[in-house]
This record gives sequence, C-alpha cells and structure tokens, in this order.
Amino acid sequence: MINFELPKSLKNLQNMTHQLAEQGFRPISRKYDRIEHGDTPAELKPLAQMIAAGRPRGGGKGDKAEADPDAVKNGSNLMGIVSVEEMCWGDTGLMLSLPASGLGNAAIQAVGTPEQKEQYGKLYCAMAITEPGAGSDSAAISTTARRDGDEWVLNGEKIYCTGGQRCDAVVVWATLDKSLGKAAIKSFIVPRDNPGMQLVRVEDKMGLRISDTAALALSDCRIPADHVLGSAEIADTEAARKKAFGGVMQTFDNTRPMVAAMALGVARAALEITTEILEKEGVKADFSKSPYNSSAIELALYRLEADLDAARLMTYKAAWMADNGQANSKEASMCKAKAGRMGNEVTLQCVALCGELGYSERYLLEKLARDSKIIDIFEGTQQIQQLIVARHLLGLSSRELK
Amino acid sequence: MSTDLPIDLRLSEEQRISREGMRRFASQTLAPGARAADEAATADPQVLAGIAGFGLTLMSLPEALGGAGLPRSPMGNVLACEDLGEGDLSQSLAALAPLGVVNALLDFGDDAQHEAWLPRFASEEPVPAAVALAEPRATFEPGDPRTSARRDGDDYILDGEKCLIPLVEQCQLFLVVAAADDGPAAFIVEADSDGLSRARQDYMGLRSAEPGTLTLEGVRVPAAQRLANFDLERLVSLSRIGLAALATGCCQAVLEQCVPYALERKAFGEAIARRQSVAFMIADMGIEIEGMRLLTWRAASRAEQGLPFQREAYLAFLQSMEKAMRIATDGVQVFGGAGFVRDYPLEMYYRNLRGLSALHGALMV
Repeated sequence: MINFELPKSLKNLQNMTHQLAEQGFRPISRKYDRIEHGDTPAELKPLAQMIAAGRPRGGGKGDKAEADPDAVKNGSNLMGIVSVEEMCWGDTGLMLSLPASGLGNAAIQAVGTPEQKEQYGKLYCAMAITEPGAGSDSAAISTTARRDGDEWVLNGEKIYCTGGQRCDAVVVWATLDKSLGKAAIKSFIVPRDNPGMQLVRVEDKMGLRISDTAALALSDCRIPADHVLGSAEIADTEAARKKAFGGVMQTFDNTRPMVAAMALGVARAALEITTEILEKEGVKADFSKSPYNSSAIELALYRLEADLDAARLMTYKAAWMADNGQANSKEASMCKAKAGRMGNEVTLQCVALCGELGYSERYLLEKLARDSKIIDIFEGTQQIQQLIVARHLLGLSSRELK
Repeated sequence: MSTDLPIDLRLSEEQRISREGMRRFASQTLAPGARAADEAATADPQVLAGIAGFGLTLMSLPEALGGAGLPRSPMGNVLACEDLGEGDLSQSLAALAPLGVVNALLDFGDDAQHEAWLPRFASEEPVPAAVALAEPRATFEPGDPRTSARRDGDDYILDGEKCLIPLVEQCQLFLVVAAADDGPAAFIVEADSDGLSRARQDYMGLRSAEPGTLTLEGVRVPAAQRLANFDLERLVSLSRIGLAALATGCCQAVLEQCVPYALERKAFGEAIARRQSVAFMIADMGIEIEGMRLLTWRAASRAEQGLPFQREAYLAFLQSMEKAMRIATDGVQVFGGAGFVRDYPLEMYYRNLRGLSALHGALMV
C-alpha cells in the first residue's frame, strides 16, 4: 500500500539523530565554521562512538524482512537517508568530519573482500577520484598504478579529497593503462600513513569549512598487492568493460540518495529558521489562501516547501528501491539532481527573504547558503545527473549522449 | 492515526489491474481522439461512456444504494486521474466531474441526502453533474465565494455566477458552493430549477470538456438540499489532489511525445536528442514529473489513511501547476515549429495544462 510516512522504527532513528544534531552539532556549528582547519573536532569523538554503537549489525534489514522475503523492506538505505537529513539539519561539515563515515567506507562495504572489510571497515576511509585534470569525467584520470612484484606502485596527484587529511586510509582511483580507458581504472586502498602519499594542502572553501578537503600527492607509493578493490583484471570485451566500470559506478546508486539527503537537511534547516524569523514579524504561511492570492513572501515559502518535499519523496523512493533490490540508477540521479538544485535555491532564497537577518552571521542562514552549493556539485554535478537521467529516458548510451 | 506502515511504493493487486484497464483505454481511445474532440469543442459521448464504464462512481456507493460499498479511496482515484489525464486531460476532466459530486455527497451528506441523491449515480452510464465552486474573478478565493445563499423559510435563495463547469449544458445537477449566514455551504441544485441558466464559454484550452458558466438568479433550494456536514477545505484539498494527478498524467504524455521526436528529428547531422540543450530539457521533465507524482501520491495516501492532508494537497497542487506549465512549454519548444502547429498534440497540452490555474473544486478524488 502506498505510504510515505515514516514507520516507528525510522521515526525513532530520526528522533535520535535529530537529538544528536541539535545537541551535538548545532552548538558548535558556527565555532568550527570559523576555525575551519585542524584535527577532528574533539566534540565529535564521543558522538562517533555513539553512532558506531547504535549501528545495527548485518545491514539492518529488520527482523520482519528476514521472516518474509516478499515483505516490503525499509532497510539500510532508508535508514541512511533519514539519518543524513537529520545530521545535515545540524551541520553538514561536521557530519562529514565524523570519523568512519567516508565515501571510501561505502566503496569498501560495496566491493571489498572480507579481509579488506575486516581491516578497513571500521576505520575512516576517504575516496580520492578527482585530479587537477579530471573532475566529472572520472574515466579520464591519469594517476597510474603499476604492478611490481607483491606490490602496487601508485603515482599521481589527487585533489578535492573529502577527509583526505584526517582519514585513516584513502581509496585511490588509478589507471593500469590510460590507453585502455575506463576498463583499466581500478581503486586501491592506501593507508593514510603510507610514506609515498603526501598531504599537499587542505583547501580553503566557501562552505563546509570544517570538513577537510585535501590535495594528495602519490609518488612511488607502494601498497600490498591485496589492496586493490575488486578484480585487478582489465576486461577485454565491451560487455566486460561495461560491467567492470559499471560496478564502480553502481556505488553511486547508493551514495547519491545520501548526498541528496544532505540537501534535504540543509534546506529544511534554512526553511525552519526562516519561518521562525518571519513569524516573529507577523508573516504566517498557513495555506489559508490560494497561491496567487497570497503575499509574495508567503508564496515564496510555499514554493520552497513544495520543492523540498518533492526532493525528499524522490530521495525516499530511490532509497526504498535500493532497499528492495530494485535497480535505481535513474531514480538515484533524479533525486540528486532535484535535491541538489533545491538545496541551493532554498537556502539562497531564505537568505534573501530574511534581509539583513539572513545575510548576517546572526543566524545560520548565510552559512547554510554557503554550505549548500557544493551539494549540487560533488558526487556528480547537476549536469552529470541530467545526463544520466536523459540517457535513461532516451535510451541512449554514454557514447551517444555526451 | 494510522497503524505502523512501512514506507511503500507498491500498488495493490487491485490497483495494478485497474490501472492496466485505464492505461489501455487512455492510449487506445482517449489519446487518439483528443485532437478531434478539441477541434470540435465537444466531448465524445463514447469516451464519456467508456470512462463511466470503469465504475469509479460506483465503488464507494453503499451497497444498499446500488454501489460496491468499498471504502473511499482517494489513492485509487488519483491513479485513475493520472492514467486518464495521460490520454486526454480535457475529456477526462469532463468525465470525472460527476465523481467529485458523488464523493462530496458521500463525505458531506447525511443519510437522508445519501438516499435521496446517490442512487441516481448508481449506474455505469454517464450521469453529468459537477461541483460549481469557481467564480469569474481574478482574485477568486475558494474560502470566500461571492455566490450568496439567503435563508427564506424552509428554503435558501441562491444568487451568483459560477464558471469553468465541465459539460455545463448537460449537467443534471450541480453542487453549488455559496456563502450562507454561517459560512460557506454546499447545495444540491437541480439543473431545471427556476432562475438557473447556463452558457458555454470558450476557453484557451479544455475545450472538449465543454465548460461554461452557471448563473443563479433567485434560485430557490429546499434547506434539506444543503449538505449536512460540508467541509470546504476538504473539498478544495481533495480537488487539488485530483487536478495535480490529471496534470501529472498530461505531463507524462508530453514526455512520451518528446522522447521519440527528439530521437528521430535530425539537426546538424544528428538526432537532437544527442544535444545536451534538448536532452537536459527532457531530463528535467522526467525529474519534475517524478516530484509531482510523488507529492500527489503522498497527499492522497494521507487522505486515505485519515491523516491531515491540507498542506500536502496544497504543495502537490502548487508544484504540479507550476512545473506542469514549464514542462508543457518545454514540450512545445522541443518540437519547435511542429510544436506550434496543430498537427501534433503539444500545443493542446500547453493550452489544457494552463487550465489548472483557474480550476477550483472541479475534481474531488
């Protein structure tokens, strides 16, 4: 039966995470936006332990689902987006600074061997894809990996690596042979303290300031042969090539809804603050008048709420599909596209609607507007999501629609 | 409050089966005839009969009054609106208007009113009837109708003008919303009442819905025909959900037209679908339709579960009304000149979808 209301189990998770965001993140949000660089904020360590302790074992599918394989599942993907929205309502930068929540962890969880999961699963693993010469076009990376006896030797430069300074390990994308394109791209687990990997700098950014965004240099960086993620073979047929790179890309079908959920949290926070400010000044958007008989400020609020809710429902759908074993590549990109632009629009409009109170540092609105922009860029830009959605709708391949 | 349901996007078996029938009818009968009906500004009687044949009005009628006695299902109605709207928004609006009257009678009428009026709708033949809420005023507000209902002994005297009423000249009865002393009220008004006149009005779109104006001049209605438990907010909200669903369907039709056209139409040596400027418009159509659909489904599902849904209906309607116009406009744009000529349905979708901004209370799900 069609239902979008959270069941009790998710509601409880939402309440718990909300508490964490409200009591753990909000009070230190402004402080760390100003501090910007440094080690993991001390306040986050007990929170990270709490989260690790509260994390369900075995994917958290719930008992009912195991009893009845046909029953609808509300599992780890929905749990993930519900928590991410709440945490980002608190502070996205602080959430990304929580140890053990990196994108590298998602990759290891998705394709790692039992040994890799054992060794790295509980550590903080970042992901390094982007290079000075390759962003959205991740198949164009030029960091190389060469086999030398029992080791891989990596060389190249990585930038915009979230958590690259404070993490325990980095999942590095590198090519075995650039002339072979996508098929030769593999990812490798590089411990952060490997002497062949140096921290070049930590970026100064518009938003998400407390989250460290690192540039890393790999020079003859040697790692054990078993630190490659997935198969080290280079696929030689078109189908196998597609499958190999597709496997990497599939991780995104799970992570894109999570990033969409970041936008939900940021936008909701901005709308809540805005509504509070406006109510104090006598503006109340209570749905009592038709859209075009409402005041401009009321109509603006209605539009923002509608966009936020549409993005949230799309994100729920994409996560729900993943929980229920349905292919969700199109829906994952759709929700990321909608939520990415929504988060940016909502926060910027909220700043504008509140005048000086929005633009100043009296409230968090200006910070939310600075934080929101990157959500429409990382994990696939707006335009990359549009490309993916268009290919699905038009039935075109990535070669036919570039 | 509802029981502890999981988040779920699966349709029930009955919903899936009834969808199949609707979708077949929409693609085989509604869509192919939409243009001719629009040109003639006439609803095809066979289309009206075909939609009535699905028995939507019968579903929730009590068995004693000739219906199936099933619980009210805004969600089931939304699926019907969406599927039929994909075939032809205009004729579907005309065909579904009586469902709004039946649902209003069910939700707001007392037992005596049910027995007096519902049996008339216990039929698989079309029984034209419509809710008359909208009035011809730029700043019309559903909560503040200017049509008046003055008490006079055992009767009410109705005065005012209503507009955008589908099949206005065929309707056997109207559910007229008017301002009484104690607030907005709804009256069952027979079409042959003294002082009632009606006229077709030409509109930019929705032409095949045969819409028009209802004028009430001192129309005397027995007090027993004032709905006992009228809730204007519920009527408006359920109508917003229905209209949003119709729009979602029609926007899906825009997308379904654009995909093959963009793949086939060549410019500069390749299909225009392979150009990002076109492909991104199509992607955005798909993205926004998904948002419209889910907002509408959520509102309907909340209504069906007995949860508050005014806010959700409002947001679904606002998003649908505005995104639909963007999608319809982009649909014409993708087709270029071919979108502007009447050989293709794009310009018709554009004209019909603009109607959403003027319709109020026309389709209570």
